[in-house]
Amino acid sequence: MTNHWVDIRNANLILSMGGNSAEAHPVGFRWVTEAIEHNKAELITIDPRFTRTGAVAQDKAFIRTGTDIAFLGGLISYLIETDQIQREYVLNYTDAALIVRDDYGFEDGLFSGYDASTRSYDKRSWMYAMGDDGFVRRDESLQDPRCVYQLLRAHYSRYTPDMVSSITGIQVDNIQRIWKKIAATAVPDRTMTILYALGWTQHSIGSQIIRTAAMVQLLLGNMGMPGGGVNALRGHSNIQGLTDLGLLSQLLPGYMTLANATEQEYRAYIDKRVKQPTIEGQVSYWKNYENFHVSLMKSWFGNAATQQNDWCFDWLPKLERPLYDVLDTFDRMSRGELTGYFCQGFNPLASFPDRAKVTRALSSLKYLVVMDPLNTETSEFWKNYGEYNDVDPSQIDTEVFRLPTCCFAEDEGSIVNSARWLQWHWAAAPPPGDSRPDTAIMGELFLKLKQLYQQEGGVFPAPILNLTWDYKIPAEPSPQELAREYNGRALEDLVDADGNVTRRAGEQLAGFAELTADGKTAAGCWIFTGCWTEDGNMMARRDNADPYGTGNTLGWAWAWPMNRRILYNRASADLQGRPWGTNKAFIWWDGEQGAWVGADVPDFPTNSPPSQGQMPFIMQPEGVGHLFAGQSMVDGPFPEHYEPFESPVPQNLLHPGKEQARNNPAARIFDADREALGKPEDFPHAATTYRLTEHFHFWTKHAELNAIVQPQQFVEIGEALAEEIGVAAGDWVKVSSNRGSIRAVAVVTKRMRPMRIGDRQVHHVGIPLHWGFTGAARKGYLINALTPFVGDANTQTPEYKSFTVRVEKA
Amino acid sequence: MDNSQNIIARSATTTAPPQVRSHVDEVAKLIDVSKCIGCKACQVACMEWNDLRDEVGECHGTYDNPTDLTPESWTVMRFSEYEDTNGGLEWLIRKDGCMHCAEPGCLEACPAPGAIVQYANGIVDFDSNHCIGCGYCITGCPFDIPRISPKDQKSYKCTLCSDRVNAGLEPACVKTCPTNCIEFGTKADMLARAEKRVGDLKELGFRDAGIYDPAGVGGTHVMYVLHHADDPNRYSGLPKDPRISPLVDAWKGATKPIMSAIIGITAFAGVIHYMTKGPKEEPEEQPDAHEETPPHALGYDATQRNERGHDAGDSAGERPRGDER
Repeated sequence: MTNHWVDIRNANLILSMGGNSAEAHPVGFRWVTEAIEHNKAELITIDPRFTRTGAVAQDKAFIRTGTDIAFLGGLISYLIETDQIQREYVLNYTDAALIVRDDYGFEDGLFSGYDASTRSYDKRSWMYAMGDDGFVRRDESLQDPRCVYQLLRAHYSRYTPDMVSSITGIQVDNIQRIWKKIAATAVPDRTMTILYALGWTQHSIGSQIIRTAAMVQLLLGNMGMPGGGVNALRGHSNIQGLTDLGLLSQLLPGYMTLANATEQEYRAYIDKRVKQPTIEGQVSYWKNYENFHVSLMKSWFGNAATQQNDWCFDWLPKLERPLYDVLDTFDRMSRGELTGYFCQGFNPLASFPDRAKVTRALSSLKYLVVMDPLNTETSEFWKNYGEYNDVDPSQIDTEVFRLPTCCFAEDEGSIVNSARWLQWHWAAAPPPGDSRPDTAIMGELFLKLKQLYQQEGGVFPAPILNLTWDYKIPAEPSPQELAREYNGRALEDLVDADGNVTRRAGEQLAGFAELTADGKTAAGCWIFTGCWTEDGNMMARRDNADPYGTGNTLGWAWAWPMNRRILYNRASADLQGRPWGTNKAFIWWDGEQGAWVGADVPDFPTNSPPSQGQMPFIMQPEGVGHLFAGQSMVDGPFPEHYEPFESPVPQNLLHPGKEQARNNPAARIFDADREALGKPEDFPHAATTYRLTEHFHFWTKHAELNAIVQPQQFVEIGEALAEEIGVAAGDWVKVSSNRGSIRAVAVVTKRMRPMRIGDRQVHHVGIPLHWGFTGAARKGYLINALTPFVGDANTQTPEYKSFTVRVEKA
Repeated sequence: MDNSQNIIARSATTTAPPQVRSHVDEVAKLIDVSKCIGCKACQVACMEWNDLRDEVGECHGTYDNPTDLTPESWTVMRFSEYEDTNGGLEWLIRKDGCMHCAEPGCLEACPAPGAIVQYANGIVDFDSNHCIGCGYCITGCPFDIPRISPKDQKSYKCTLCSDRVNAGLEPACVKTCPTNCIEFGTKADMLARAEKRVGDLKELGFRDAGIYDPAGVGGTHVMYVLHHADDPNRYSGLPKDPRISPLVDAWKGATKPIMSAIIGITAFAGVIHYMTKGPKEEPEEQPDAHEETPPHALGYDATQRNERGHDAGDSAGERPRGDER
């Protein structure tokens, strides 16, 4: 979330799209109901189905799954053509006025630089044009045809209401009514918040859908504002912490990136990531990259990391492929390229697409280690459960080890919520049986490995032998020790420019501004620096004081970065540093104090006066929000609608006849998986998978109470489709894709209606995901028997939300 | 029962309720249907607090589960898809459970002394130790709430967490509700809160928004805010004008001798009471006073209700009274 849960109450309009916020986030949804009652906010939901969110929304529209960019792109065009943008904000706080290189272009659904043989782009032309002074050129009038504003306008001029309607299936009058309501938040004293979840993420164009939303918010001046922002409602407890700590395959902690195989030289690696300002005088905070990187290496390798050895840069893995994501890993596993697999807090047999392929992959392993509190399907993938897991154990040689871990309520530590708050929690009960904290299992495993390397040598032992491991009980690092390590400390006395000691050696650091690139500081995750200072554990704070009445409780837990609750909050004030609207006052410039003050920790240099001209988006080299993504996305600087890889519509209506532009041209798909895609004539219905309130993923089917309130697998279909196939509510249906099939009870509902798309009628099929063959609920099929093995071009998040099926009476 | 000092009415009982406590406020649970997302957290909290576990059932083609109230599910969410004549669709979700009527038909119908009690705060509670499993409470209930357990032949329903409320806590469902759709407080406060919400809904265009606090049962201690108070039936059959079934009157005449035997001990106590204290009021209305069956033993005597906690003019003398007609 750019903003936070409580801040939703400050919104005037809440757009719940790409997520079913009431269903999947009922507790956070409290703030939506607060906004509706106390701020007279309107809730609009756009979803393929009439959902639980829809039950309490004031307005809604039903959209064909996977077509959100069409709706939002049309909205961008509408905002521009009707001049309903926050003009002063757009001109100064976004890149609208910046000039783009002449060789950037877009034709027949492809951006400049496309290479069909590699399904990738050469992104050289996706850049701003630089002036002779070495900084980006700009046109304050916004009239230059090569300025971002005009390119944006031209790009989305194709997204007319009729075009949007024919792609999305939403009637034109419904589209225009909702666009108008959204546009009304372009004024300074009204904001819209956007709440989304995996309904946007899990598409082959998922990252670009989210970007389109961010662009809308920039045009409306809703970024950095209370009650605004683009807010990802994270789907797992601490999944925010997972990305923060760099558990994605290409990341290091704190969103630093691993080198790829061509980057073997330290200085070049650093220089590429140290972003200098591209507009004069801007902050460009990533210019400090080396401070963060060196501090990480000192945290990991201590005295072994020196300037002479480039802080152990050679010990870091270098990526030979762009990502070692789950799809890539299971593809290689299915081809017998992996020997063993450690599966920690993860249930891939249930969670990954194309379950048949996952079963093949796991069956080819020599060993599988499952660390989990529950008896997951993955740990029993080899066991025959009849129709629910029809495998032959005699044909599977994989040895499975189960290491029971304790669950979140049985250990202590911090959990990072969607709002980037690190909230410390304490164990509520001792763990049952032989279960142990994950850290204890990993600790013991590490020590064993280290011992083997010491005794037997082996290939490349240095990183293992030199890893800092100074925990009081080496086999069981404590949460407190780990948290202090992430925060970081001074290794030597730190001194200021005048030679005064600002931090004694050994002291905890107060913030990442203290980090240095000379080896004097260590920090395991720079964005967490400040969470455990010399004043103690900031995450354990529970002060709910809200002195400005904005819902911003700075004394409750601790948020990264630097306890800021709303990112880019400098943008909540105008060029002179005054709040855009008195009802939206958040932080502002106090001339007497010579500082930014207000309800939040300024996301800005505290003493940089408005007259200095530094702009709010300090992580960008230009200081402004990016309508034009430059080279940061792999599939284009402007989002474009492409059909899901499996779609009931045989072509992209924006690019009829252009086969290359039917699906995301830069999305990776393995050959065998492309072969496994179904054709609309065989699988005519648009399918989408999702969660229900009663359950959490594949966990709570193990809990009796959850099983009682939602005991048995079902799929949702509309009355029209039910009539077509002769099915009544409560009957059994078979749902098939080109990869597999499931059987489930049919929920027949008025809440799903057929849509008119071009010349055809499209039915949606809703497939809740929670059931499996272990647990307390009734046994069911793993629904990922159906889903395709293709992911988002940028993140490789699988396309669970849009694929095609056939439904028949079972 | 540990809350005995607060009892104002007791099924099939003639002894006067205690009189000393005088500062008990009537309470109410307010369910604002317009804020309900049907998450069923209230169902789970109810089972957890009351140590109940219903069966792991089946999907019957709807979101409702369990599909009905049971001896182990004292509250359930009922989902209804309402399509208006213009094709507009609403998904109306209502938490169903005991309404805690000011004039409880269950208590009136109950022949087992002390199996059903009403507290001064308005909560209607079942004391299962005294329940004989006859099922008359079901007949007496205009909302079809109580359920007899096949395990022990006793009747069960929501207690409004009388144990929690007695200790100054809110009911478990209220505590857990994530959207504050369920609130709890004095009936006066909840009515004021409901009025405010009705105003909000009218502003949003729900012209027929209103409070559900039906007069036919003397008002209830569980109230709803409805967007369509003109048509409560839309919310999975919430009755528009609930009244105690005339059957409650009918059975009394027919089954009196049988019931008399069952409740003999209490009846005897009643006789003593009757003989020592005499009829306290309205003797002329008593039917041909069988000495072995004191007039109030078979039913709920509203005239003897402790007035504590009830507004003046509370319907003691106004509502239909089977055993006196």
